[in-house]
Amino acid sequence: MIPVEFRGYAWRHAGRRAQAVTGVDLRVEPGERVLLLGPSGSGKSTLLAALAGLLTEDAGDQDGDVLLDGKPAAEQRGRVGILFQDPETQLVMARAGDDVAFGLENQAVPAPEIWPRVRGALDAVGFPYGPDRDTHALSGGEQQRLALAGVLARRPELILLDEPTANLDPQGAQDVRDALRTALTDTDATLIVVEHRVADILDLVDRVIALGPGGAVTADGPAGRVLAEHGESLAAQGVWVPGAPLPHRPAPAPGDTALRGDGLALAYPGSAERALDGVSFSLRQGELLAVTGPNGSGKSTLALLAGGLAAPDAGTATVPGERRPLHRLPARRLATRVGSVFQDPEHQFVTATVRVELAFGPEQAGWERARTDARVAELLDRLRLAHLAEANPHTLSGGEARRLSVASALAAAPGVLLLDEPTFGQDRRTWGELVDLTADIRAEGTALLAVTHDRDFAHALGARELALKDGRVDEGAAPC
Amino acid sequence: MLTIVPVCGPDAPIARANPVAKLAAVVLVTTVALVAADWLTPLLLLAAMLAVLPFTGIRIRPLARRLRWLWLAAAAVVAVNAVFAAEQTGRTLVEFGPIEVSSGALLAGTAIGLRVCVAATAGVLAFATTDPTDLADALTQQLKAPPRFTIGSLAALRLLPLLAAEWAQITTARRARGLEGGWNPVRRTRLFASTMFALLVGAIRRAGRLAAAMDARGFDTGLPRTHARRQHMRPADWAVIALAAAGSAAAVAVSAAAGTFTF
Repeated sequence: MIPVEFRGYAWRHAGRRAQAVTGVDLRVEPGERVLLLGPSGSGKSTLLAALAGLLTEDAGDQDGDVLLDGKPAAEQRGRVGILFQDPETQLVMARAGDDVAFGLENQAVPAPEIWPRVRGALDAVGFPYGPDRDTHALSGGEQQRLALAGVLARRPELILLDEPTANLDPQGAQDVRDALRTALTDTDATLIVVEHRVADILDLVDRVIALGPGGAVTADGPAGRVLAEHGESLAAQGVWVPGAPLPHRPAPAPGDTALRGDGLALAYPGSAERALDGVSFSLRQGELLAVTGPNGSGKSTLALLAGGLAAPDAGTATVPGERRPLHRLPARRLATRVGSVFQDPEHQFVTATVRVELAFGPEQAGWERARTDARVAELLDRLRLAHLAEANPHTLSGGEARRLSVASALAAAPGVLLLDEPTFGQDRRTWGELVDLTADIRAEGTALLAVTHDRDFAHALGARELALKDGRVDEGAAPC
Repeated sequence: MLTIVPVCGPDAPIARANPVAKLAAVVLVTTVALVAADWLTPLLLLAAMLAVLPFTGIRIRPLARRLRWLWLAAAAVVAVNAVFAAEQTGRTLVEFGPIEVSSGALLAGTAIGLRVCVAATAGVLAFATTDPTDLADALTQQLKAPPRFTIGSLAALRLLPLLAAEWAQITTARRARGLEGGWNPVRRTRLFASTMFALLVGAIRRAGRLAAAMDARGFDTGLPRTHARRQHMRPADWAVIALAAAGSAAAVAVSAAAGTFTF
């Protein structure tokens, strides 16, 4: 339980021209539980990294002070615990117990005390396995709870959470929040959380601080009051303010069949069970089909097979006008029939500028120069990427990269677009943009299939739902 | 994916031996095999390793599968050295056009092939039965290796299967973009290079995040660490080293007595 203070704090990452944050003045009292809000780029993660003592002299230029208990944060790493977004890159060891012990070894906790503390921390987060469990065999939610145990075992006096559930599916996120709730009742540590999904975390905090661009405080106070007074502007900045109305884009009447799946089945090598076990569906022009279901139900496998990106063990995916099933089409032809947008946009980028990226599909398909140029200009304009035409795709922000990956999949004018978790981990503003973008594409007659956990997304667009369970269509599922 | 059948259970005697003891045994046996230039010494060492196999708790079948390429490689070493020997001595065994193999050259080639077998078999016996975490702990505790190196390597090792999964994802994403190697070797090579680049960009980003997470948990602050998992040199571990030393000495003694030993 320690006080935290920023005094005229500014930070510029080495090699960057712009300041990440400037002139931050902020004080958090011992034991306070604070939710830190702000648009992307307001420097929330930078402030957490500074408090965790991770911004050392060689990592950039600092002005002002960041103080824990009156002393520079960089010298007091041992008193702070931080939980990041990505569970995979927080685990160090192959066995769960060893991973929790890692932080204690670093702290030079005497060996006989280590294992009782490891067991205590694993219990506190509701870790469902023993300490010998292989950390690769864990789901994302379990890994994140293990990482939390690693933080708690060190008995930090300041706990920092940097969007701890943003990379998790709904069930995993719920489990992590439950673990946090229990764990935080057992400690009087000061807490600072960064989270877009305010409703999920509101009962854990007693103060909300909203930052503007550059880290200036724009609102500060008890959670209820800040959200009531600043709800609208916060929502515009990308915060998921509870109760804020969601858009509604009703579905138009669908046209002819654009994609058919017949009895699609696939078992991955080394697995006895089929990931997908005989699923049939049809997708029509101007329609959005939301493929839903719990983890491991075969949603992503369905998207792969429907997109012609893997060969099914049984069944076919076909589009009208092609005699061959999609997985037999050469890639450059496939791209003119079905576009696929993956969860990680960066995997799809194959060129060095946004403009060339958009021209890539049409050029592969053998379009004439003039037609390609016209298409690229149209997409740049429509997806508000014109000002970034010469930028490297890998330097775009999350929302921009997502728009580019959709635009590049659409470039060769396929009649079908498949989206894998398009809204995953996005802030409210990008989410709204994606809803609008999807509705516009649908209105043009493109057939859309979205694999999604996001009920709000499916709802806002009036999507037809295909619920999967254990690799089959779940007929009894409640509509979303 | 990287799935390897373990050659022994976690409670097998050899799996419980201290990794540093096993490492010392490998160094001993391999050094002797490489120094000895005759055919009898490595043959005896190989025989000795086979003789202790039943007491190690190693399962023969997965071990044989792990070693299958070794036999092929060793046979190739023998053949190449026999055919391209600097001088062919003794009785001529094969004469086929420009190829001539004499008994002397065949014996010399066999000796080299056997040395390869000894080194590789000893290495597989030691490392296929060693948990990477145990190895890192033993290196840190018994040999005082810096944790920055041992724990850092462990953390990197943990990320390897993720890279394999990511490779598959990138390849799929590229097919969706209309990029595919097909049968054209030039296109295949270029695609391989660009996929590798994408993989490396992701790997570096991951490594940076992992390093930050490790720093945040107090790694490498310059303060002494404690060890949650103790690795000890027990009498049995000293016995492993003694056995390797005795076996190596015996092999040398026997071949010297037989008059074949050279170096």
